[in-house]
Amino acid sequence: MNEIVLSRRPSKARVSWHAVLIAFAVTFLVLFLVLPLAAVFVEALRKGVGAYTAALAHSEALASIRLTLLVAAISVPLNTVFGLAAAWAMTRFDFRGKAWLGAFIDLPFSVSPVVSGLIYVLLFGAQGWFGPWLAEHDIKLIFAVPGLVLATVFVTLPFVARELIPLMQAQGSEEEEAARTLGATGWQMFFRVTLPNVKWALLYGVLLCNARAMGEFGAVSVVSGHIRGLTNTMPLHVEILYNEYDYVGAFAVASILALLALVTLAVKTFLEWRYGAELAARAPRGH
Amino acid sequence: MARRVLPGFGLSLGYAIAYLGLIVLLPLAALALKAAGLGFSGLWAAVTTPRVFAALKLSFGAAVLSAFINAGVGLLIAWVLVRYRFPGKRLFDALVDLPFALPTAVAGIALTALYAPNGWLGRWLEPLGLKVAFTQTGVLVAMVFVGFPFVVRTLQPVLETLDRDLEEAAESLGATRVQTFLRVLFPLLLPALLTGFALALARAVGEYGSVIFIAGNKPFESEIMPLLIVQQLEQYKYGEAAAIGVVMLGISFAILLGIGLLQRWSRRWAER
Repeated sequence: MNEIVLSRRPSKARVSWHAVLIAFAVTFLVLFLVLPLAAVFVEALRKGVGAYTAALAHSEALASIRLTLLVAAISVPLNTVFGLAAAWAMTRFDFRGKAWLGAFIDLPFSVSPVVSGLIYVLLFGAQGWFGPWLAEHDIKLIFAVPGLVLATVFVTLPFVARELIPLMQAQGSEEEEAARTLGATGWQMFFRVTLPNVKWALLYGVLLCNARAMGEFGAVSVVSGHIRGLTNTMPLHVEILYNEYDYVGAFAVASILALLALVTLAVKTFLEWRYGAELAARAPRGH
Repeated sequence: MARRVLPGFGLSLGYAIAYLGLIVLLPLAALALKAAGLGFSGLWAAVTTPRVFAALKLSFGAAVLSAFINAGVGLLIAWVLVRYRFPGKRLFDALVDLPFALPTAVAGIALTALYAPNGWLGRWLEPLGLKVAFTQTGVLVAMVFVGFPFVVRTLQPVLETLDRDLEEAAESLGATRVQTFLRVLFPLLLPALLTGFALALARAVGEYGSVIFIAGNKPFESEIMPLLIVQQLEQYKYGEAAAIGVVMLGISFAILLGIGLLQRWSRRWAER
């Protein structure tokens, strides 16, 4: 009996030790994740549902929503096609400089968002390299929608490629080689073998790419010029309203972005739970 | 070689290289050229003004401090999420990615609302003499927010594959729990912990959206480097903006190189 009592003691101490660690972790997560999220919705609804819906129905808010959707609708497909092409080249062939190509694909994640916008201003801005030529031909890239798209494409470039490369590497090319030997054309092989094999990872990458494209702030802030109703995406509109002390308006638009983040997290968690095996071989992710 | 059976090498590689060249390399080259156009002395003068220097100190100092905090907190959270069961665990696990998914401007105004003197947290901290919003502490809080998922997400897979027999062996040989952690677990976790630290650091150094709202942006006190770039651009001082941009890019590349070396080291570490 004595022995049992003795062996129980440390386990009791261990349980309370666990409780302390769990309590600390949960406190941090509540303070840093739950409270900011709750604050967005509470501030948005501070003056009631009427003020909230009125803020969202404002023409400039609607214009910012439309612009955000437009920018994402252009940049996400561009980076999806790039991701597929890069992953195909990187995982199905050997060539010199492959490691460099991989490093360049990841590069945008390491560049500050503001620098990501700055580089396009230096290229296409009024005093940029191509500025005079563009002005002569009456083409406006910076402080206009094309600049927003370029900056967004830059910051979201790695997402799809990053999901596909490790997965396609792990899957190998036997099935595609079989399809080819059985007489499939290149595109038949791509649409009937490659694409179905990577579809969940592709969706996962597109999901993260889209979340970032719609939420990007620093890079688009530099190239936008903040022209109301014309070059303000939702995050930029949030900033303008906030700086004008229109807190209900700022948090109302922010609440839409927060909902987008929550939906993204929910779908992402679902994909990981349901198709975890088909997404396997992922590198630790970020951004 | 069987690989030649597969089509599309030229097309996919050519497209990828052309796309990367246009979107990434050409613009980055423009940045380097613009900064070089100032000449060495001009470049030096642009990045050594007291104001830029103060911002550099804050951006880098707060980022390093936040990365240390995140390494500690991230290790603890990863440990709790992998090892213990508690109500709401799955929800919290999914929420860890929130700072990745939440647009930075939204995070910025939400944190400011919380820590402002009349905010939910600020009203309790202010009487204690702890001012967060519109100070350097606010910059730190925002950087902790954007950085901690990196540490949690790099540690989790390593913790999951960790062999528990090792710990039990150590404890049955008489090691205390602290000894087991420091001598057995910590060395195994170190490469992932350092990678997470470096990723969090890289993100925090360049962070803009979540910081500028809470920082207050007082010159010489709570201005971060990316903000100075924006200010120079607003005055159409492209050369000065490029000079600061090059310094930031240099810091990013140094951290990136560090991460690469760490990963090589940790692979060797794992093979031992």
